[in-house]
Amino acid sequence: MSNVLEAKQINKYFKKPVLFHVLKDINFQVKKGEFVSIMGKSGCGKSTLLYILSTMDTDYDGELYLNNKLITGQDREHLSYMRNKHIGFVFQFHYLLSEFSVLENVMLPAKKLAEKSYQEIEQDAIEKLRMLNIEHLAKKRASRISGGEKQRVAIARALINNPSIIMGDEPTGNLDSSNAENVFNIFKRLSDAQGLSLLIVTHDEDFANKTDRIIQMGDGKIIV
Amino acid sequence: MTNWNVILNIAKTHLLTKIKQTSTAALGVTFGIGAYITLVCFMTGLNGMLDDLILNQTPHIHIYNEIEPSKNQPISLIEVTEESFNIVHSIKPKLSQKKIHNALPIINYLETNENVRGALPQIKTQIFYIAGSIELGGNLTGIKPIDEAEFFNMNDYIIEGSAEDLHHTDNGILLGIGIAKKMSLNVGDRVQVSPINGGIFPLKIVGFYQSGIADLDAIQSFTNIKTVQRILGNANNYITDINVKLYDIEQAVPLSKKIEQQFNLTAIDIKTANAQFETGTSIRNLITYAVSITLLIVAGFGIYNILNMLIYEKMNDIAILKATGFSGKDVQLIFMAQAMIIGFIGGILGLLIGYVLASVIATIPFQTEALPTVETYPININPSFFIIGFLFAMLSTFLAGYLPSKKAKKIDPVKIIRGQ
Repeated sequence: MSNVLEAKQINKYFKKPVLFHVLKDINFQVKKGEFVSIMGKSGCGKSTLLYILSTMDTDYDGELYLNNKLITGQDREHLSYMRNKHIGFVFQFHYLLSEFSVLENVMLPAKKLAEKSYQEIEQDAIEKLRMLNIEHLAKKRASRISGGEKQRVAIARALINNPSIIMGDEPTGNLDSSNAENVFNIFKRLSDAQGLSLLIVTHDEDFANKTDRIIQMGDGKIIV
Repeated sequence: MTNWNVILNIAKTHLLTKIKQTSTAALGVTFGIGAYITLVCFMTGLNGMLDDLILNQTPHIHIYNEIEPSKNQPISLIEVTEESFNIVHSIKPKLSQKKIHNALPIINYLETNENVRGALPQIKTQIFYIAGSIELGGNLTGIKPIDEAEFFNMNDYIIEGSAEDLHHTDNGILLGIGIAKKMSLNVGDRVQVSPINGGIFPLKIVGFYQSGIADLDAIQSFTNIKTVQRILGNANNYITDINVKLYDIEQAVPLSKKIEQQFNLTAIDIKTANAQFETGTSIRNLITYAVSITLLIVAGFGIYNILNMLIYEKMNDIAILKATGFSGKDVQLIFMAQAMIIGFIGGILGLLIGYVLASVIATIPFQTEALPTVETYPININPSFFIIGFLFAMLSTFLAGYLPSKKAKKIDPVKIIRGQ
């Protein structure tokens, strides 16, 4: 199977307040359709790694490949485009635009990509919401729905451009166990049914144990 | 690749959900632009009025024969005294004629010049107005009434009757309002005038003249050129002054110099004659623009502040937009768009308010002896002020929006997302 994401010899330093070597020679791949979780203690650099993989952080050494194409060193404009088209994001704190409706939140990345007409985008967005059983929330303001619902909306938004990979930074960290279970099931279903690759940073051992592969990190290195 | 629909939609939502701040910012621009339009319309109206008061009646070039002493006294022509220092006591002006020699061919020649709108002959003479045994001294000017009305707005200063009436009435006179009051004369009455060299001529009053300068109105009257020539007993080529009106006032100086050289006459250009007026105009304009720009800078700081606050409030939104694939440039455009929308709406409202205020001022009564034709405050509503005002609004909001939006562009999404 082909690699969706590949990291080669990634090194990262924090320069402030003192020089600190956060990530040391990180090498790994995520294959197509694979559901991978990254675990490790707080401060071991797993979130830092995720933001490098997400292309938002460009201050690192090493090489990063997305769909077998080198993306290290690309200009920001192009990275934004790559992020828009190929990467879906789910954060710990849902991060919806609170003034927009749920539907608009979901549609936004697709509107930015502008590969489809408005009607098609709206169709897609409603379909994603239906898949996550939150179709009835479409017209509500994003600030008026519950935390678990917000996280599902965020997942719908991550899916809207049919990305190559979904990345999550503790997507269940802020949810109670039933909602966390729910979110995991959604991820699992996407991985199994649609062959979507997932890379999730988590503290939740139950969550991680159910994934295809666990990457254990410690002190800026991959342990397992 | 910029998707304006999405960017404008986000900008619009931000503005609408913060409608209070948006309106405050827009009102700042509105008042700035409104004040600018009102001020500039009023000031330029006033300027125009004051300029008209003098400049409209003043010829661009005034040609006449100056009575002056000869520059070269006869003694300097004698070879014997060439090496000496000559002193001549009590020099008298040279005896010369008042009339312009060959005036009619000169007028014809001037009118062929492409810069000249019109060259009008005048005869200026001193007369006495006779009321019973009293003789009042005064000036009588012979003019071509129709042409004077066309080129020098004569009709603006005629409060009864018209230039046409004078033109059609042989032996008619347009009497200064001051004289008419002194002598209790009305239109249709006759007034007797006597030139210096004697004789009495009755003239029919066809109207009254009021320049706004009381001293002048107490002595000055107008009649047809032919009437003056008859009173003075001169031939019809007797012309003492030529007034030239040009298309472009800037040509006055070079042309007057040329005329002086060519015809050996005195030619005074309008700039020399009325230098103080231009100074007044430019200083009033300066004040207008200084006040308007100050107002707009204040409005600009208001927008700057509000956008800055908005960007702090929207840090999370900015991070999420960047994370989902909006580039820094897109985010900058979102905030620039907000600034420009505020500037646009505020600017348009300001133009409307300025227009309404200026129109209201234009209806306020303003009566003054000095300006018989002015009844309300002078307002000059010129489309170019509105264009400048609009550009002002857009420019100041652009500058006010640029710095905060640049900050939004540079926000690192990772810091915001991880910081929470």
